[in-house]
This record gives sequence, C-alpha cells and structure tokens, in this order.
Amino acid sequence: MANITTLHNKSTDQARRQLSEPFWVRWLLISSALLFLSLFLFVPLASVFSEALAKGVETYLAALQEADTWSAIKLTLLVAVISVPLNLFFGLAASWAIAKFEFRGKSLLITLIDLPFSVSPVISGLIYVLMFGLQGWIGPWLQDHDIKIIFAAPGIILATIFVTFPFVARELIPLMESQGCEEEEAALTLGASGLQTFFRVTFPNIKWGILYGVILCNARAMGEFGAVSVVSGHIRGMTNTVPLQVEILYNEYNYAAAFAVATLLALLALVTLVIKSWVEFRMKQQEIRS
Amino acid sequence: MSIDVRGVSKQFGQFTALQDISLTVPSGELVALLGPSGCGKTTLLRIIAGLESPDSGEILFNGQNARQNVQERQVGFVFQHYALFRHMTVFDNIAFGLTVKPRSSRPSKEKIRSRVRELLSLIQLENIADRYPSQLSGGQRQRVALARALAVEPQVLLLDEPFGALDAQVRIELRRWLRRLHDEIHVTSVFVTHDQEEALEVADRIVVMNKGKIEQQGTPDEVYERPATPFVFNFLGNVNLFHGRVHQGQASLGGFAVSSPDHAETNDSPAVGYVRSHDIELERTAADDTSFTVTVRSIHPVGPVVRIALVTTTEGTSLEAEISRDLADRLQLKIDETVYARPRRVHLFVEDYQI
Amino acid sequence: MKPTRKNNVLPGFGLTLGYTIFYLSIIVLIPLTALLFKTATLTWADFVATVTSPRVTASFRLTFGAAIGAAFVNAFWGTLVAWVLVRYRFPGRKLVDSLVDLPFALPTAVAGITLATVYSANGWLGKYLEPLGVKVAFTPLGIMVAMVFIGLPFVVRTVQPVLEELEPEIEEAAACLGANRWQTIARILLPAVTPAIITGFALAFARGVGEYGSIIFIAGNMPMKSEITPLLIITKLEQYDYAGATAIATVMLAISFLMLLVINLLQKWTRRYTA
Repeated sequence: MANITTLHNKSTDQARRQLSEPFWVRWLLISSALLFLSLFLFVPLASVFSEALAKGVETYLAALQEADTWSAIKLTLLVAVISVPLNLFFGLAASWAIAKFEFRGKSLLITLIDLPFSVSPVISGLIYVLMFGLQGWIGPWLQDHDIKIIFAAPGIILATIFVTFPFVARELIPLMESQGCEEEEAALTLGASGLQTFFRVTFPNIKWGILYGVILCNARAMGEFGAVSVVSGHIRGMTNTVPLQVEILYNEYNYAAAFAVATLLALLALVTLVIKSWVEFRMKQQEIRS
Repeated sequence: MSIDVRGVSKQFGQFTALQDISLTVPSGELVALLGPSGCGKTTLLRIIAGLESPDSGEILFNGQNARQNVQERQVGFVFQHYALFRHMTVFDNIAFGLTVKPRSSRPSKEKIRSRVRELLSLIQLENIADRYPSQLSGGQRQRVALARALAVEPQVLLLDEPFGALDAQVRIELRRWLRRLHDEIHVTSVFVTHDQEEALEVADRIVVMNKGKIEQQGTPDEVYERPATPFVFNFLGNVNLFHGRVHQGQASLGGFAVSSPDHAETNDSPAVGYVRSHDIELERTAADDTSFTVTVRSIHPVGPVVRIALVTTTEGTSLEAEISRDLADRLQLKIDETVYARPRRVHLFVEDYQI
Repeated sequence: MKPTRKNNVLPGFGLTLGYTIFYLSIIVLIPLTALLFKTATLTWADFVATVTSPRVTASFRLTFGAAIGAAFVNAFWGTLVAWVLVRYRFPGRKLVDSLVDLPFALPTAVAGITLATVYSANGWLGKYLEPLGVKVAFTPLGIMVAMVFIGLPFVVRTVQPVLEELEPEIEEAAACLGANRWQTIARILLPAVTPAIITGFALAFARGVGEYGSIIFIAGNMPMKSEITPLLIITKLEQYDYAGATAIATVMLAISFLMLLVINLLQKWTRRYTA
C-alpha cells in the first residue's frame, strides 16, 4: 500500500510539472511582471511619501495645517457626504428595478447608467457649465435670482455625482441578478411587506456589495480632479477641493506642500484598497457559504 | 380549505403556459401536479400561490376569491431550491413569517419560540436550530423549508418539486415522511413533480398535465389503470405501441388480434394499442390468435425483474417485455430465439390523437 | 411601463424604475443633451472649421496615438501580470494583487504630480533614463506613461477572471492529446483569453483618451506638441470660447459612445462561450 501511494505521488508531481512552465520561465515571468509594476505603480506610490517628507516632518505637518488646506478638506468631505448617499440611493433603486424585473429597454437602461464612465471627466464638468454657467441654458435666470452653481459648491457636487454615478448600481445589478428572486418570494408568501422583504431578506444578502460600491464611489468622489477642475473656478479657500489644492501648490512650485496634501489622498486610496480587499474576502466567504 | 382553479390561462410572450385550466382540490387532500418539464405545472402552482397572476380565470379558496396579494393569501410555499434565507439561522428562518406579522397580531417572543420548537420537533431537527442553511444537508434544508412554510399556519401548502434536488435514497425517505406528515396535519396540499413514481406513491389525487392543459385527473389507481389519453399512458410507465386498425369492436394490431367492445361502432379506423411492458407474457407455445411470434434481441436482468428486448417477426417492431426472474429462469431464453408473446391487457386508442 | 415577465409579485417596480429614470435624466441625460444643443447652435461649416483646425487635429493625433500606444503596452503587460497573479504563487502575491487597483483608487492629480516627479530628469527613475537619451516627462512619451498607469487595471481585471475560470481539465485534456506546454498555451489558453485582452485594450484606450488629471502634470502642455484634447477643451473654456469647447467635446463624446458600443459588443463576444 505504501509503495502504491509513493508511486502515485511521484506520478502526479511529474504530471503537474508537465502542466506548468519550467522553474526558470516562471521566475522570469514573475520578476518581469513585478519590475513592470514597480516602474509604474510601486515606485510612484513610494515617492509620494518620500517627496512629502523630503523637507522634514515639520514642513510636512505645517503644510497640512494651512488654512486653505483645511477648507479644501472640508469642501471635499461635504462633496462626498452629499454625492455618495445620493448615488447609493439611486444604485439601490436602479438595481432593484433592473435585477428583480424584466422589462423592455432594460439593456439600454444599463448602458445609459454606465455612460458617465466613458465620458471624459473634462466633458463631465463642461456639460454643467453649459447648463448653469453664465452663457448656459439657465445661467442668466440663476444670476437674476442670485443662485450660484458654477464656480461654487453645488457645481462641484453635481460634477462629482456625475462621475461617480454608476459605481453602486453597477456593483449591485449583477449581484442581485445572481441571487434571483426566490428568497424575496418566500418572504412574501410568509406575509412580509415590501419594505420588510427588502430590509430583512434582500439587504443582508447585498450588504457587502453595497459597501464595495460605496467605498469605490467615495474614493472617486474625494479624488475627482478633471470634472471638478472645470466647474470649480479655483477660488482659494472657497471652491478648492483637496485634489485642486494639490494642483495649485504644485503649480506654485511648493512641491513639499503639494506632496504633503497628496499623501492624504494616497492614504485614502490605500485605505480604500484595504477595505476593498477585505470586502472581496467577505463576499467570497458569503459565496462559499451559500 | 378547498382550492378551486377556474378557467385559468397564462401566456408568456408567444408561449402559452396554461390554457383554460379548471381544477378542484378538495379540503385536506394531497394532490400532485404531474407532467414533463414545460407543461405549465409550476406556473399553475405559482398562480395558486399568488406569485404569478393569471391572464384570465380565477383562484378560489373555500369557494371565495383568494386574496389578490401574495402576502395576504396565507399560502405556505416550499420552493424547489428551498429559498432559505442564507443569512439567518434555521430558527430565524422558521420564525420569519411570525416576526413579520403586524405588531397587533404578532405573537409574543415566547410564543414564537415555542412554536418554532414545536415545528423543529415536527421535522425532527430539534438540535440544529442555530445552524445556517449552508451547514445543512439537502434533506434537512427541505424539511426546514417545509417548517418555515408551516409556521404561519397556512390555509394551503404548495410545494414546487419538493424532492427534485435530493439524492434517490433521501428522496424516497422524505416523500414517505411527507405523506405521514400530511396524514397528521391534513392541510390541503398541492405539489409539483415530474416523477410519476413520486406522484403515484404520495398523492391522494394526481393531475396529469401536458402542454398547458390537463390530460387527466383522478386517484393514482385511476390514472395508472385507466389512462384517459395516450399521453398519460406514455408518461406513466414503460409502454409498447402496436399500430393497426379497428373494425366493429375487433382490432388487428400487426400480428395479433384483440376484441375491443368500446369501439363496436368504429369502422375500419387506424388505431394504436398500448401495452405496458409488464403486461406482455412470453411463452414457448402459441395459445390462440392473441399471441404472436417475437425474436429475443437482448436480456437485461434489473434487480427483481428481467427486461427483454424483442422484435416482432412479422413487422420488425421493437418491444420491451418485463418478466419476473422466476419466469425468466423457467423459460431459459436465449438471444435470437423465437418465442410467443401475448399481451395481457391492451388499451386501444383510435388514432385521431397524436402523442 | 409594466414588467413583462419574471416577477410581478415583488413590490416597488414602478417606484424604483421611475426614480431611476428621473435621476438618470437630471444628472446624465439632460446635461448631455445641453452639450448637443449648444453644438447645434454652430453652423456646420464653423463646426468643421473648429474641429479641423491644426491645433485641434494635432491634439487628436497626440491623444489617440498615445492612448493606442498605452493600450498596447497595457494589453501585453496587463495580460502578463494577470497570468502571473493567477497561475503562480510567490510571497506578496496578495499584496501585489490588491495594489493593481491603485490607479482606480489613487486620485489622478496625485498620480500626475508623482509620475511627473519620478520621471523628470532628476527624478527617481528619470535620472537613469536621461543618460540613455530617453526623455519622459514633458514629452509625448510622458503622456503615454500616465495613460499606461491609469489603464493598467482595466486589462488585468478583465483578463484575470477569465484566466481563473479556465478549467484545469482543458489543459489536462490538451496534454493528454499530446500537446506540449507551449502548444497548450498558444492554441488553448491564449485563444480563450484573447477576447478579454481585446476588451481590456478597448477599456484602457477609452480611459486614456478621456484622461486629464494624471496627464497634464507630466505632459508639458505645449500647443501642437504635447497638448491633449481634454486640456484643449479647458483652454478654450478659459478663453470663453464656449462654441469651440463644445465642438471639440462633441467629437470626443461621439468617439466615447462609439467606444462604449464597441466595448459592449466585445463583452458579449467575450461571454459567447459561457452558458
């Protein structure tokens, strides 16, 4: 018996070798992939922090404590706090309608929801300038009533909503489609109301998907540059978001400060990636469980 | 609670799922909707449940229009893949229907707990209340789904292919258990199945469906012994077909003759005789003109019986006979040997139907 | 509108679909039509003159050329990275796997200033490239570098799941039929992932064409030489040339829609064998 097992082991080992590449090929491929990633991802990421600290920790902290930086942070948080929940609510409504029902024009609707991803950020900002700007559709009316949208927070929020529009919906639609409707139907036959069905049956099944969509939506909302840059007007301390503040400092050759503020955004990106990996792990677990 | 289905039709785009179905399920009975996939049986069940609305027709519970809303219809529905809430324990699954009741009619926490415990003992799974559905076997999930449906004391119990997703052994055990359970609680029940054996064994009455229509309804004995249509004959058990003609009560079916008093009025019409494989007797000597010669092609012992593939010598039609092992041992058949076959019972259908 | 099939018992269809269409209209559809209406106020001759002026066509050539180049780089390297991540086990693989998404998560402005610094003449990487005569920052090559950065995850994340889903049995079957490893890769694996690679290529290209934030810092932004189209739109806006900005934007938008259509078709094609 022992003989047979060893024989068996040996033969699978050999077989496995035939079904993969020789050691040196694997090694070569791994190192070239890592080299490529280093040149384009890892080295730039490391340099953000190194540049920020190049003139010492004090300069770094001083840059972060500047009043304009603080007002940029506040504006960025405001933008995210408004745009993310709105897109979350939309994503829930859209995925419920699309994943749980069949209707004509569904695939067109999905394409339209994805549309903002394929529009250049600059154009995403431009369309709001054309709507609300002084030369735009309702710009003159807005000016008569002393309402400022462009070169003010509302315009920045609108442009951010546009660029982050699909995040939650496109995450939830396939997830809810794959889960079908049987559990919801079971809840209804047991007498649950529509809202009870959603909160007690649907929601627990999609909560990781929601979190996934929300953190990606948030990362983009806080980091958006192109669209916001078009509608912001770059008024220091007023309409600058954090990414715009980075640009201003950089263009003023204040590199240490620019990179110091940039580290905030880089940390945001890293935290996003960590949460994203964790959520992916939880989703995989949930999949295995069911 | 009796169920009346009155003139229900349902169309999905171009596809007719149900065509003017009428059917009565008497109170307390266990009825099987039997038919091949795509025959509309699941759609009918979902319409009874209120999960689907019919294009025309109506559903009556106890002679009164059933509530429009699925939440208020008070049916227990067991889904084919159980649809257990995967994020809830077995206990929470079973309790769900009670906990979503409006506050005024919701039982107290203590009552819910005792009701769930009662159901857990009914399904003989008292010790798994804290597990999640993914930690259960298929048979256990099935029983939890059933307990969950029963928790709200439904007026009718509807089961969609309740044993479809289980292995053969568990399936047989569970269906006998379901029968016993039904004898205990007597809730009017309808289940969908494509397995004739399951329907014959478990149900009080069987409704055989095909292509959106009801072919026959009756007790298991009725549908098995006196199939109303060729389809029912074919669907319930192995069957051999003999093509021939019928003339004034006498049929001649490719090599043998039978008398058919039912067709005394028929004049020289094409007809098909249906003979179940266990109704074909094999013998070494010819009895009368009801027997005919066949050649043995192959012999397959299958458990207690032996299946024998045959070919008629006159027309070369393939047949299958099923005989007991005893008889097979006595006959000592050999391949390519010619013997006599005699159909014990022939059901004759004059050929204006097509299967 | 009424749901045609599936489930007409679940509640909330009218409400959720209604809200979806309402929100989609006010955020996306109406503003986009504003762009088209604004363009429609131009005469055809003006429109053509604007979008074919030398500075504009130079920017188109640069933007599309760099985006195609970057998409090719990504199609090759992205596939290699996906392969390595799916097929081989090495220390830090999980970390590398999550960092591939960095360009999705890192704000483009940060990417821009970082790449510009790292690839400038005395930057971490630039100082090794400069002596070789390779100038990256403030040249079209720099634009490509930025586009490679932001487009990489598109290829990796499109190819990776397809590679993961390939059943090992397929390769085993090929080996049983006598194929050597190279034949198996070239004739079984590569054809299976090609649609995904092309889809990733298209996604990376589409993203590159529209990209603004990460490019402007490294590009140099010299008209006719290193000025990308999105920047030109902003320049026109800042000069209050709304008509010009809209005309160029319309052309870019049309190309985006075309790309979206192509990508949808590609994705259908990618899934054609999956039941």
